[in-house]
Amino acid sequence: MPQPVISAVDLVKRYGDVAAVDGLSFEVAAGESFGLLGPNGAGKSTTMRMIGAVSTRTGGELSILGLDPDRNGPDIRSQLGVVPQADNLDTELRVRENLLVYGRYFGLPRKVVAERADELLAFAQLEDKGDAKVDALSGGMKRRLTIARGLINDPRILLLDEPTTGLDPQARHILWDRLFRLKEQGKTLVLTTHYMDEAEQLCDRLIVVDHGRIMAEGTPAELIRRYSSREVLELRFGSDRNEEVARALEGSGDRVEVLPDRILVYTADGEAELERIVDAGLHPRTSLVRRSSLEDVFLRLTGRSLIE
Amino acid sequence: MSDPRRSSRGGAAYRDPVVTENAATDDARQALAAGARPRRFGAWYVAEHRFRVMRSYGQTILVTGFGEPLIYLYAMGVGLATLVDQNLGLEAQGVGYLVYVAPALLCSAALTTATIEFSYPVLLGYKWNPTFSGMHAGPISPGQIVDGLVISVVVRLAATVAIYFGFMLLFGAVPSPTGWLAIVIATLTGMAFGTLLMAYASTIRDDTGQLAMVERLIVLPLTLFSGTFFPLSELPWFLQWIGWISPLWHGTELARVATFGYPEPIWLSVVHVVVLVTMAVAGWAWSRRIAARRLAS
Repeated sequence: MPQPVISAVDLVKRYGDVAAVDGLSFEVAAGESFGLLGPNGAGKSTTMRMIGAVSTRTGGELSILGLDPDRNGPDIRSQLGVVPQADNLDTELRVRENLLVYGRYFGLPRKVVAERADELLAFAQLEDKGDAKVDALSGGMKRRLTIARGLINDPRILLLDEPTTGLDPQARHILWDRLFRLKEQGKTLVLTTHYMDEAEQLCDRLIVVDHGRIMAEGTPAELIRRYSSREVLELRFGSDRNEEVARALEGSGDRVEVLPDRILVYTADGEAELERIVDAGLHPRTSLVRRSSLEDVFLRLTGRSLIE
Repeated sequence: MSDPRRSSRGGAAYRDPVVTENAATDDARQALAAGARPRRFGAWYVAEHRFRVMRSYGQTILVTGFGEPLIYLYAMGVGLATLVDQNLGLEAQGVGYLVYVAPALLCSAALTTATIEFSYPVLLGYKWNPTFSGMHAGPISPGQIVDGLVISVVVRLAATVAIYFGFMLLFGAVPSPTGWLAIVIATLTGMAFGTLLMAYASTIRDDTGQLAMVERLIVLPLTLFSGTFFPLSELPWFLQWIGWISPLWHGTELARVATFGYPEPIWLSVVHVVVLVTMAVAGWAWSRRIAARRLAS
């Protein structure tokens, strides 16, 4: 079996008394697309900073490309592409210049950097924006430019921290398409997200993280199979009636989850379950049958929803 | 040492930790090879970035670079000098006011330029447009970021000061053949104050106008009370200490020795050099420490 490109054993990061990361163990294989899914403050970004060799661990073992980030930070970072949560493009420079300058940090010859900059502008669909000011770009374009910048050194691993947070749906889909292409090219991707649809689209395998610990690990399909039912029936009876109806619904499906605005019934067959409920004389204002998602997995594992 | 078998993937084959130590894998070898150049030249790449940014305000640099010496040398050295030379009898020392004040203006210009380059760009890089964390996400180390800033500012200062010195020659303000040393001295003066300012700017997390305060309460008084326009001995005794802690006073006095053989005991010249170098190195080292702490939290 080939060596993992990232290997963490009991990884810990403490800030004072607070353990932001509290014993994570995982491996990422070359070419794999690996996700860290969890709510804000779960320790995802801290983990990413440790993988990115810019934050030292408090405990545990961490090996990136067979090297220890504490000792070989610059060497490891020369093989990474990093797309941080907050854009840190250089607003004093133009779009193409951002790529040129960044490529030089890796010690790449000017000619190589210039060629790659043009290729990457095309990849990021920014060919005609090369001379534009960074501030003139839309949020989605800035993200794409940041990804292009992260690819300037042809990295072994691309780290993406919340790549589509704050983008509108169209911009997100363009970005997913780009990232999917990278995945197809065999690039190793590590991404954090609190969007389950993003994780389902992009991750081969993921860990669900909460309070700095791993709650579950597997492929999106595996996790859904293991922790949720095939379908979910969403019922809305109105905020004031949800609690009361929930008691009547006890025993429906595999499991019932009461949220402030709606009731979720986990079941293999949503339509059949809805029929049974209506036959029992309960009439929801709205009902919706959908496939289980990672959101449901998360809810099951932590009792909380991902976005609060 | 934790048991590797406690991995979440159970049976996954873990590499022998000894292999990691020796970096014997292809991945590791490739990383070490790629990291070699940035490890060696990282600071120069950072300087390259700074030069590119400076180019975006290149016009300002050129206009001030040529305009400032012209205006100041004319106003102080020619205009004001007509009053001073008549009244203070500086001719007694064998030089006119122009010659006396020119080295001070030179060092003062270096100080101002260093103040500009080491204040807002530093705050910008850490906070407003965190390009430093971008560099650090790549192979550049925090220390290299600081070194790169220092390199770029030394170059900018030397260029600014050299132009200034050219005007001094044109104005006939440099009687001594060792005058060119003033270029080195002024650059050092700028760095002595500048690196300390960089260190301070690196500590600012919430900008509440501290840098504007530095300019008004430190840079301006330094410019006035560092034996620049009149000898330190003309100041009341309780203000003379400003000169002794002022890099501008040490630089100016030294530059005077270089440009017109200002009479000063040799031990004092040595003190000037020691103070300036100590300040520059201390500020530099301090900035590196802060950078390491701030970027690798």
